[in-house]
Amino acid sequence: MTEQLTQRSTSTGFTPPTRFAVPGRIAVSNRAASVWQTATLTEIRRETPHAATFRFAVPDWEGHLPGQHLMLRLTAQDGYVAQRHYSIASAPDDPGHIELTLDHVEGGEVSGWFHTVAEPGDQVALRGPLSGFFAWPGDRPALLVGAGSGVVPLMSMVRHHRARGLAVPLRLLVSARSPEELIYAREFGAETRPLFTRRAPQGVPVGRMAAAHVAPLLDEQPPGGWEAYVCGSNAFAEHASRLLVEAGQPVDRIRIERFG
Amino acid sequence: MNVTRGFTGRARVDNPGLPPGQYDAGDDWPVLSAEVTPELAPADWTFRLDGLVERPRTWDWEQAHALPGSAYEGDIHCVTSWSKFGMRFGGVSLDTFLEVVRPHESATHAVAYSHTGYTTNLPLADLTGGRAWIAWECDGRPLAPEHGGPARLLVPHLYFWKSAKWIAGLTLLDHDEPGFWEQNGYHARGNPWQEQRYSGD
Ligand SMILES: Cc1cc2nc3c(=O)[nH]c(=O)nc-3n(C[C@H](O)[C@H](O)[C@H](O)COP(=O)(O)OP(=O)(O)OC[C@H]3O[C@@H](n4cnc5c(N)ncnc54)[C@H](O)[C@@H]3O)c2cc1C
Repeated sequence: MTEQLTQRSTSTGFTPPTRFAVPGRIAVSNRAASVWQTATLTEIRRETPHAATFRFAVPDWEGHLPGQHLMLRLTAQDGYVAQRHYSIASAPDDPGHIELTLDHVEGGEVSGWFHTVAEPGDQVALRGPLSGFFAWPGDRPALLVGAGSGVVPLMSMVRHHRARGLAVPLRLLVSARSPEELIYAREFGAETRPLFTRRAPQGVPVGRMAAAHVAPLLDEQPPGGWEAYVCGSNAFAEHASRLLVEAGQPVDRIRIERFG
Repeated sequence: MNVTRGFTGRARVDNPGLPPGQYDAGDDWPVLSAEVTPELAPADWTFRLDGLVERPRTWDWEQAHALPGSAYEGDIHCVTSWSKFGMRFGGVSLDTFLEVVRPHESATHAVAYSHTGYTTNLPLADLTGGRAWIAWECDGRPLAPEHGGPARLLVPHLYFWKSAKWIAGLTLLDHDEPGFWEQNGYHARGNPWQEQRYSGD
């Protein structure tokens, strides 16, 4: 576990005259980012009709912080490679193992392989953990806002918060099409408010995320305010980050991970 | 090479324009900025060149548009593996701006910074010789805010995180100074043809 090492604050050299919107939260290991490691699939768990969790043994995994992602590579017989980024779903306290949760994208090259071919025992290549700006070391109050598979890195934060019994406040606002499509539904607790955009359980309104969902969270913000983490498609990220700004969350305390 | 069991991948395209590990995103133009897209009107946009130059200078929207125009037609490559072919950007060549401020002999690198505070570092040699632009048009239309409008830096021969959105200025230095992604583990130069994605590649 390299948490002590990686929790150093990032040293900044050049400071632009403009406001630094999103300083990195942690320094990242250059070695971890550059070395391809072999990961062995050990378990597949269905989450929703379109998403499943893939558990890997990665013996030399250096450890990560909640919110970080990795790059995964598949190689065909003729040497052709496909590589994609995936957020890490599992909490850090799981030495030598990581979990990813993948949506099955229609016609998707990599997610398609995972959802139709992959079995325990299969091996893939990965490098990481990558990127320090979306990491949450568990230090500051965290307001997490996600949609669809955008909940994946946020779940790592929720799990970390729970596993460590952290006292720092944490809230999750998560949007899904329907209750069946809500990834990790069984695991959520009082920290989470799910929203449904197409179909909701009896008595719960249907609709996209709105000011009325965000405002109460800013009203109950802890002293010193929230560190906001937004994750999902670009369309969702644009929408949710605008709602946060309009509700009074400072732009330089909103971190956005867009899945492209 | 470790072959992934049962992975064939999509039909191979023989595309000499595609750098290693990249795929053609077609009509898609993914957005990957880490910050809130700023509401920046052209009237509030400025662009500054300073640091190791003879005459530091700031241009506003109209002054920048009064400079001779220049276009880039070609491809762009994002470190997250997508490439886009046949893009058309319009703006002004960075050479034109640099001629005005006159870099010192000692200037070797630059840090580009955005109106959001995003930064990225580049060797000066990658910014000169008709290879870098300040761009405000894409495919004949104003550059959209989520793609860096009103104006972004454009350095298409490097991975696209170097092409800072919402460009506010460049500071010329006599050494390399890592920017936002470069401090987060990404490569200092980012040449897609050498697959310089992460530090150490
Ligand atoms: C930082 C980051 C973290 C991410 N984390 C996660 C995560 O935790 N979980 C998750 O599920 N996803 C995540 N993603 C998204 C992920 O990286 C992939 O984009 C996603 O899994 C789709 O990849 P794919 O290979 O299955 O689909 P692709 O093959 O890339 O296809 C995507 C779409 O484009 C079309 N397409 C693309 N290229 C072609 C082509 N040449 N010919 C025909 N059609 C094409 C496909 O039909 C499909 O509709 C993340 C992305 C980023 C950037």
